[in-house]
Amino acid sequence: MHELSIALSIVDGALEELRRRGATEASTIHLRLGRLAGVDKEALQFSYAVACQETPLAGSRLIIEDVDVAIFCPVCKNERLTNSFPILRCPDCGALAEGVVHGEELEIRAMEIAG
Amino acid sequence: MNQPRVVEVRRQVLKENDLRARRLRERFHAVGVQVISLVSSPGSGKTALLERLLTDMKRKYRVAALVGDLATENDAVRLARSGAPVKQISTGTICHLDARMIEEALTDWRLENFDFLFIENVGNLVCPSSFDLGENLRLVLVSTTEGEDKPLKYPTIFNTADVAVITKMDLADATEFDLKTLVENIHNVRPRMPILQLSARTGRGLDELAEFFVSRRTELGLQAM
Repeated sequence: MHELSIALSIVDGALEELRRRGATEASTIHLRLGRLAGVDKEALQFSYAVACQETPLAGSRLIIEDVDVAIFCPVCKNERLTNSFPILRCPDCGALAEGVVHGEELEIRAMEIAG
Repeated sequence: MNQPRVVEVRRQVLKENDLRARRLRERFHAVGVQVISLVSSPGSGKTALLERLLTDMKRKYRVAALVGDLATENDAVRLARSGAPVKQISTGTICHLDARMIEEALTDWRLENFDFLFIENVGNLVCPSSFDLGENLRLVLVSTTEGEDKPLKYPTIFNTADVAVITKMDLADATEFDLKTLVENIHNVRPRMPILQLSARTGRGLDELAEFFVSRRTELGLQAM
């Protein structure tokens, strides 16, 4: 259950972004979450509501956008989207992935702010 | 009040931890200490391995350890028997170590006094994956009593680690452990990951592990030993 730590980091990060922009509140946080980030969405939503309490983000919405997994295939020499999990393989030739290009994201993409 | 508006942020959620970890890594590098962390499920033998490693490596090198647990100082007490400096990090309810806890634990230690610093993470195969501690090398331990499919069940931790260590090899026969399958599973999840086999009880593989650490120093840009 490291989602609470992650949620606290989202709140800290969002508050800092608010301050930098001279804004006072945010209604919505848009998060990009890779399918390999190792974060459970439901636990994160629950933790987020708790982490926001008594901050200017209290009551704000967290909208989570999934990021699909893209790997680099050493045989096709190209980036490929894959659904194979836990063993990451190229969907075209079946080779084992040489690296993950997308799917590990954990990023605040945008915020809807006011004030 | 102004109209609500959408702003692009593009901010890494774990930016603060990553920045702290980077600062730690720079500090470690500046004083020439090699930092090795251990992750595994509870009961895979992290503390038993460290106890032996600290005792053996202390004869030739300056070693120290930080050990994380939710509660108790039991592991620190066990590790302190080696005679090496050891500090317990009690995380309370938190299921992993983070870079801030490492920074705080190191405030009263002089890092230049060490060649190797070990960090034993909280026993957990999920949460530690997300948190960089500034270590140079992350070992993931799997014991022969756990079942060969651990890498398939917890691929993320294998992807954030640098080396896999198979522990409790002395129990391999008794548990009908299938080495070939585990190695295959590890390499399916993480092609070419280095794998070492050992037993903290019999001492098998411990010299090789210590030699492996020493051999990595030049690669890491640290002074050779």
